[in-house]
Amino acid sequence: MAERIVHRSRDGTFQLRISDDERDLIASLAGQLRDLLMSDETDGLQRLFPPGYTDDPDRDQEYQQLTHDELLTKRLASVDIVEQTVSETSLDEDQINAWMGAVNDLRLVLGTRLDVSEDMDDIALDDPRAPAFAVYHYLTHLLAEIVNALAE
Amino acid sequence: MKATLAPAEVDQPVDEVKDAADRPWVVIVWNDPINLMDYVTFVFQKLFGYSREKATKLMLDVHQKGRAVVSNGTREKAELDVFRLHEHGLWATMQHDE
Repeated sequence: MAERIVHRSRDGTFQLRISDDERDLIASLAGQLRDLLMSDETDGLQRLFPPGYTDDPDRDQEYQQLTHDELLTKRLASVDIVEQTVSETSLDEDQINAWMGAVNDLRLVLGTRLDVSEDMDDIALDDPRAPAFAVYHYLTHLLAEIVNALAE
Repeated sequence: MKATLAPAEVDQPVDEVKDAADRPWVVIVWNDPINLMDYVTFVFQKLFGYSREKATKLMLDVHQKGRAVVSNGTREKAELDVFRLHEHGLWATMQHDE
């Protein structure tokens, strides 16, 4: 069994055993997520700001207006925390929750752009999308580890 | 029998006519191919205080049946629940109970 990369300590903190390369990747992705959230771009962001009502366009518009800024603020706050703590080996519970949120947001953006489906075949190594899928699978692994540690 | 902490059962007043506005709202989470099963289970536990068993059952309903009702209540409560689910990246909507 692979070694756990996120581990809850007895003192309630979370130990993060990832390499410098992984930390560089996460810092880069967090920066890209911030740029995307701050831009006018909508491609890939549908899942971060989904409709609240599917059968009532008026109420949904009202819901979107009411919640969009707060959702955006919370997402950006998580990105900030990830960037501030990306070199840390020990995170508190608020920080690991922010990591969970930002990593999941990144999976949603990347997964939407890659049009991920549940019964997808493996991607060939020479597929032009292979690098993006590798990042997606890495984020999946990291998220699963974070959830596992939080749910312990 | 441990009855001390159980809420007293009170007969709910029965409205003669319930118009649409009075019907409770339900919050539905839809299946999606991206969110991890363990993550969805954890979010249900975290947001609603559900036991691991209940959260897992709801997650499996979402995964296998395509959707599950995860909470219900007034419009305000349902909207807050939808918002918190959206904050966590889940695909949630609300509608009147059918």
